[in-house]
Amino acid sequence: MAGRLKATKRMKNIMKWYYIEAKYARFLGKKIAWITSGGPVEPLIAMNIIPIYPENHGAMIGASKMGGKMSEFAEGLGYSSDVCSYTKNDITSSITKESPIGGLPAPDMLICSNNICGTVLKWYEIQARKFNVPLFIYDTPFVHTEFTDEAREYVNEQTKEYIRFLEKHTGKKFNYKKMKKVGKLSLEAMKLWKKVLETAEHKPSPMTAFDAFFHLALIVTLRGKKVVVKYYRQLLEELEERNRQNIGAVDNEKYRLLWDNLPIWYRMRWLSEKFASHQAALVADTYTQAWCGVIDYVNEDDFLSSMGEAYTRIHLNVGVDQMADTIKKFIRQYDVDGLVMHSNRSCKPYSFGQYDIQNLLQEEDIPVLMIEADMTDERKFSESQAEARIDAFMEVIKQRKKEKQK
Amino acid sequence: MQNKKVINLFREIAENPYDYLRKQKTETGKKMIGSTCAFTPEEFIIAAGAHPFRIFGESESLSGADAHIQAYGCSMVRGMLEDGLSGKLDFLDGVVFPHACDSIQRLSDIWRLNIPSLHFDVLLPVKLDTPLAQSYFVKVLERFRKDLEKTLDVVISETALKESIILMNRMRSRLKRLYELQSEKPGILSGSDLSAVVKACMVMDKQEAANRLAELIDVLETSFTEKKIKRILISGSVCSHPDIYEMIENKGAVVVWDDLCSGSRYFEGLADEDTEPVQAIAGRFTERYVCPAKHLGVKFQMENLKMLIKQHHIDGILFMLLKFCEPFSFDYPDIKTELEKMEIPFLLVEMDRHNEVDEQMRTRIDTMLEIL
Ligand code: SF4
Ligand code: SF4
Repeated sequence: MAGRLKATKRMKNIMKWYYIEAKYARFLGKKIAWITSGGPVEPLIAMNIIPIYPENHGAMIGASKMGGKMSEFAEGLGYSSDVCSYTKNDITSSITKESPIGGLPAPDMLICSNNICGTVLKWYEIQARKFNVPLFIYDTPFVHTEFTDEAREYVNEQTKEYIRFLEKHTGKKFNYKKMKKVGKLSLEAMKLWKKVLETAEHKPSPMTAFDAFFHLALIVTLRGKKVVVKYYRQLLEELEERNRQNIGAVDNEKYRLLWDNLPIWYRMRWLSEKFASHQAALVADTYTQAWCGVIDYVNEDDFLSSMGEAYTRIHLNVGVDQMADTIKKFIRQYDVDGLVMHSNRSCKPYSFGQYDIQNLLQEEDIPVLMIEADMTDERKFSESQAEARIDAFMEVIKQRKKEKQK
Repeated sequence: MQNKKVINLFREIAENPYDYLRKQKTETGKKMIGSTCAFTPEEFIIAAGAHPFRIFGESESLSGADAHIQAYGCSMVRGMLEDGLSGKLDFLDGVVFPHACDSIQRLSDIWRLNIPSLHFDVLLPVKLDTPLAQSYFVKVLERFRKDLEKTLDVVISETALKESIILMNRMRSRLKRLYELQSEKPGILSGSDLSAVVKACMVMDKQEAANRLAELIDVLETSFTEKKIKRILISGSVCSHPDIYEMIENKGAVVVWDDLCSGSRYFEGLADEDTEPVQAIAGRFTERYVCPAKHLGVKFQMENLKMLIKQHHIDGILFMLLKFCEPFSFDYPDIKTELEKMEIPFLLVEMDRHNEVDEQMRTRIDTMLEIL
């Protein structure tokens, strides 16, 4: 048995202090910006603004199994039952202050990038009305097939707009010197994160996607800070040590799987145990990889000038065929036996196109399982159905593997 | 009655748009370019010598679309895909996908991978209220123009572009005049007729549409209605349910205006005929009413609705939203709160494109109308 990663405790600690600092931001003379998960956070860090991620909060709510109830509350206000539950969780919690951490501290400004979806635009408009604070939209044109010259110019110019926005609403000059450092640290954190995820190439894998979902929190929320780099260095060491000793996260790992889409936060443990009971490890996923997928676009010495392109070309902002290519790459890199797709009722940009990705993967010849759920709304999940489908899927995988070994 | 004849012509096209287009293609030899959203700059298509039309998603069964988009996609997007997959659009040469909602973005990918036709992604900005976004908008249109030229092997001249602006403006202002007549003399047309007219205009040859509209307006300018009537506004994405208009009319009310993609959002705003054409087309899109998938300030939808309420003396509002539609449904609750403050009766109806209006919905609509 692998036991728990030591880093887990440290992570909880870092997150705890991060939220405590945010709670007392006003006493500390700091401003708070709410920002979308794919948003350009580095300039905020350079300006000493505390970034807060409602999506990370939404994940916490989901993991605490409060999501269904909180979505229901928002539905009572008139929100549809068929829309993103992160948004509904946030709307509810900003009214009721309900959540594992008693709600989020109110924002001084909102930073929204539509590189993950158009939903966040509506979400941030709602919160801009509620809190009556300025909203900056970092608009990243979709890259169906090509990143056009005019799109490049548009995002680069928005980086400048963004800085002017921050200067205006903090009353301070932008600190370009600090930005350089932050940019370097951010890139370093992304590279470390990539290495962390790549430790799972090892057989048996020292971690699973369920670990990745957990350890992701820092690269999302605080990249650009030293503590993140330090943290992932330690985590990496720990995982490498496991690899040296051949300690797998799943006992007697026999089958390796790839996960697509957001986690099903309220059933993480159940799913992880379920797959482990089949000696299957989810060794990689497309979701946590998104935070290191654009490393090649970042210019280490000039983060600001390359930020636009890097943020525009993330996994969710590209065409379905490019997404399929990424999946193909992972299938080989992690040598997986099967693909598990979470068809996520909340997240249309992530889920529509999954069938076509399956078609595009035909030559890979690997079994695919689709589980319909929602990342935080447990009302949309049927455990018995999922269980039956996972069991059937694992049978196919076992059969195939046997045939291959013959 | 001249009036009836023209209306029947519009109705015929609205009911069988694809038959009309097929015929049109045979007769004119023009390339047929479909579009998936009201943000399509049709002027360029016309200037390229092609025929623009809106794809509506006519299909009721969605067996083909089911294999590509999950059941929690809106019926508009799934319906459009079904039309493409099932061969209903066998006359189609190309499709334009303006950046709109998340579902349309993915529809674009899925279409490109499954349906052989010319493909145009028009990567519009999501925000429209900054000078930077506006200048980017212009560049996107310029690219669209070049893409059309290249793929259709034509040259889009300044003159042709100017002419198509004038033509589109003419058609749009006539559609608007028709709406105004309905608002001035409610009931002068039945709601389902009016909605069929707009729909037909989205598929017809624009010159023909403009001519027919003029004929209709001529007759209606001199007609009168006398009844005192309750004035309804429909707001949402699309409303293609003739029975809803009828139900409203049976209760002594009339839809005097709408805020729909299948209605006023198609014709609102004119391109400035004295400006450089590409700038003028961009200007129209960034200044007129927008759809909720775009950003024009955080209160735009609400302010716009308030303006319509005032302008058209609205007594009650019917929100018609498609199930699973994020952009529209996220705006609704804050608008709801605001309307409650203003004490304006309203009702939300969430349905699929081809749902029958069932008894329960009928009762809800009736109840709302009785309160007025
Ligand atoms: S879950 Fe999907 S729709 Fe919701 S905020 Fe995230 S990316 Fe957007
Ligand atoms: S109805 Fe909504 S989800 Fe459907 S295409 Fe229109 S904006 Fe998109």
